[in-house]
Amino acid sequence: MKCHYACQSPEHLLERRKFLGTLAGSAAVAAANFPRVLEAAMPELAATQKHILVFWLAGGLSQLESWDPKPKTDTGGPFRAIPTSVPGLHISELLPYTAKQMHHLSVVRSVNTKEDDHGKGHYCMTTGRRQDPVADYPHLGAVAAKVLAPENSPLPGHIHIASGGGGGASNNAAFLGPKYASITLGNGNPPQNTARPDNLSEASDQQRNLFRMRANEHFALRRRTADSDAFVSSFDAARQLMERRDVFDVSKEPAADLERYGTHEFGRHCLLARRLLEHGVSGVQVNHSNYDTHNENFDFHIEQLGEFDRTFATLVDDLVQRGLWKTTLVVVMSEFGRTPHINRFFGRDHWGKAWSVVLGGCGIHEGGLVGKTNDNGTEVVDAQVDHGHLFHTYLRAVGVDSTSKFDAGGRSIPIADPAAAPIAELLT
Amino acid sequence: MNTTPAASDGPKAVPQDTHLVAEFKHASPLLSCRFDPSGQFVFATAYDNTIQRWHLASGKVAPLVAHDSWVRALAFHPSGSTLYSGGYDGRVIWWEITSEAPAAARTIEAHQGWVRAVAVSPDGNLLATCGNDNLVKIWSATDGTLFGDCIGHANHVYNVAFHPDGRTLVSGDLKGVVREWDVATCEQLRQFDAAALWKYDAGFGADIGGVRGISFSADRKLLACGGITEVSNAFAGIGFPLVVVIDVETGQARQQHVTEKKLKGPIWNVRYHRDGYVIGASGGHDGGHVLFWKIEQANEFFDFKLPDICRDFDLHPDQLRLATSHEDKSVRIWQMTAKAK
Repeated sequence: MKCHYACQSPEHLLERRKFLGTLAGSAAVAAANFPRVLEAAMPELAATQKHILVFWLAGGLSQLESWDPKPKTDTGGPFRAIPTSVPGLHISELLPYTAKQMHHLSVVRSVNTKEDDHGKGHYCMTTGRRQDPVADYPHLGAVAAKVLAPENSPLPGHIHIASGGGGGASNNAAFLGPKYASITLGNGNPPQNTARPDNLSEASDQQRNLFRMRANEHFALRRRTADSDAFVSSFDAARQLMERRDVFDVSKEPAADLERYGTHEFGRHCLLARRLLEHGVSGVQVNHSNYDTHNENFDFHIEQLGEFDRTFATLVDDLVQRGLWKTTLVVVMSEFGRTPHINRFFGRDHWGKAWSVVLGGCGIHEGGLVGKTNDNGTEVVDAQVDHGHLFHTYLRAVGVDSTSKFDAGGRSIPIADPAAAPIAELLT
Repeated sequence: MNTTPAASDGPKAVPQDTHLVAEFKHASPLLSCRFDPSGQFVFATAYDNTIQRWHLASGKVAPLVAHDSWVRALAFHPSGSTLYSGGYDGRVIWWEITSEAPAAARTIEAHQGWVRAVAVSPDGNLLATCGNDNLVKIWSATDGTLFGDCIGHANHVYNVAFHPDGRTLVSGDLKGVVREWDVATCEQLRQFDAAALWKYDAGFGADIGGVRGISFSADRKLLACGGITEVSNAFAGIGFPLVVVIDVETGQARQQHVTEKKLKGPIWNVRYHRDGYVIGASGGHDGGHVLFWKIEQANEFFDFKLPDICRDFDLHPDQLRLATSHEDKSVRIWQMTAKAK
């Protein structure tokens, strides 16, 4: 199909502006005092680019071994609660370093997603919606890439850092399109296939690229199509990515920082996350695996949180010290929590009914506590929220009107679940 | 004590005759259990951070309350007057257990993190402890003076036992590394391999294993280390019981005791019986079992199914009774002789 690009259609040239305009229009209707994302404010937005950093504790972190301990109860398990830098707020003794950073963070102890399935819980927590057979919604990181990333960023706007040797693009941007889908840095390595082959010299590579560009220009004079433009765009994006490959090289960071973050994989991944944020990546997710502790929950939480705690606390402190804290929303989440009941194998099972999420940074009150569970953690007794409320909160925290809508090929889709609302107590 | 008494001319235990003779209930699930040296009492630890003492003959119960977390480690002074308990609160507590209401006599902050095991030297002078700070520590069993740290383990130390001669002790960690220490100097003498009791599950990014039970044979020639092996899914606990037997003289692996039916679950404790066989208790997806192995055989010669998943067991000083502690809040006493008719 031919495409009339010569018309300079704003639909093609200003796709992002169109989105922001939609946001602005919705915001005007929704809340007169909300800091609207107007087109006129775009330069300012660029100057203070915001980021979302998600810590995905895969498998389901136990809230009882972390943010909502219940020592000396029938469900509490063996761990004690320790005081934090927020007077009156106690968390598990498995998080001694994080405890010293809690004055930067806020805890939501009243999450009830009513979802105990890994896949469905993952979808709820990362999209703010329940899975729907007739609709698909974008991952929080994809939304961040869409609404927060500079238009011409040479780097992907949505990056996941995970264990395992794989990597590559995912399919989690739904109607936003593959441009906003996550690129996974398997084992923290640079994106796949971005290194110039050893047998190709830099000079040869430049000549080859110049020849390609000339051929493209010649072709476009008479036979330009949407397909050919997509090809050119993808090639240019890949080339820019190859030129910035050093951004993904965590060894460029000082050795002392590598030591501070921990020499284990999660330490390197978190240092890489800091590096990506500093280079302007809007949506970053660091995975830490695994917390699906149906067996020997306590031993495994010692091992996993022993690795998580110091590294996470170090990164929080670094973001504060480097001035990134005010522009970076940090969220620690899982697909669900774990059962208060301790099963026969010293394990805890899946539990979406009463668990915790931690937030901090951009737009979030410091040292906050929202919600409450009962004495042994079996149900929420105050300020119950779910994934929908949290998703609204994430967006509002980074200055996006969560009642606005995406324009998906002419179809208007609410950016967050209209049935939910932000958690006002968390927002600055 | 985790060493085996010498053979006796008294009644002979017959594992196949094992039957229930007593059952004591508590209000919360139980963890570890031990008979005291006099054989009059059984002690069991519980989710409510207490230790419970039951008088075997009368069933009278007395709580021992002082720990701030779960207790997994129990050992007695040979005289029977003192119980040493190690808790997940990092503390070791001395209890005078001959009184009607046992009370904590001394508390020491022994380890950073969990205390996983305690052991008393055969002469009763020394107490060894180990835990999640990767250390083995040697204390005065009398007044709690620290004599030294045995430094070398790179992982959580799960168990510790004195050699019957009292001059050395052994410790086993998460990865099945067993170290032998000189009690007088805290220097490592040898290292034994029980790595079959450990696995790093790459799918979950976590280690599973540990020397969960440890015992010397009566003739001092064998050291048994129990745990879990061939784990296929760490977070579901899918693995099989295993006892790795080490020849103490050579330091080499001598035997691996497994289960014929490939029962799922770890060995929680292991003891040598004076009649020359090994007893282990497992508890996992296939429930609770007490398993009996002959010294030179890989498979068990008898498998006694328990009514509930088992967390620990102990062998009575008379070598005729067993205690098993369970998730169903019970400690059960089993007699290994024929039922009276």
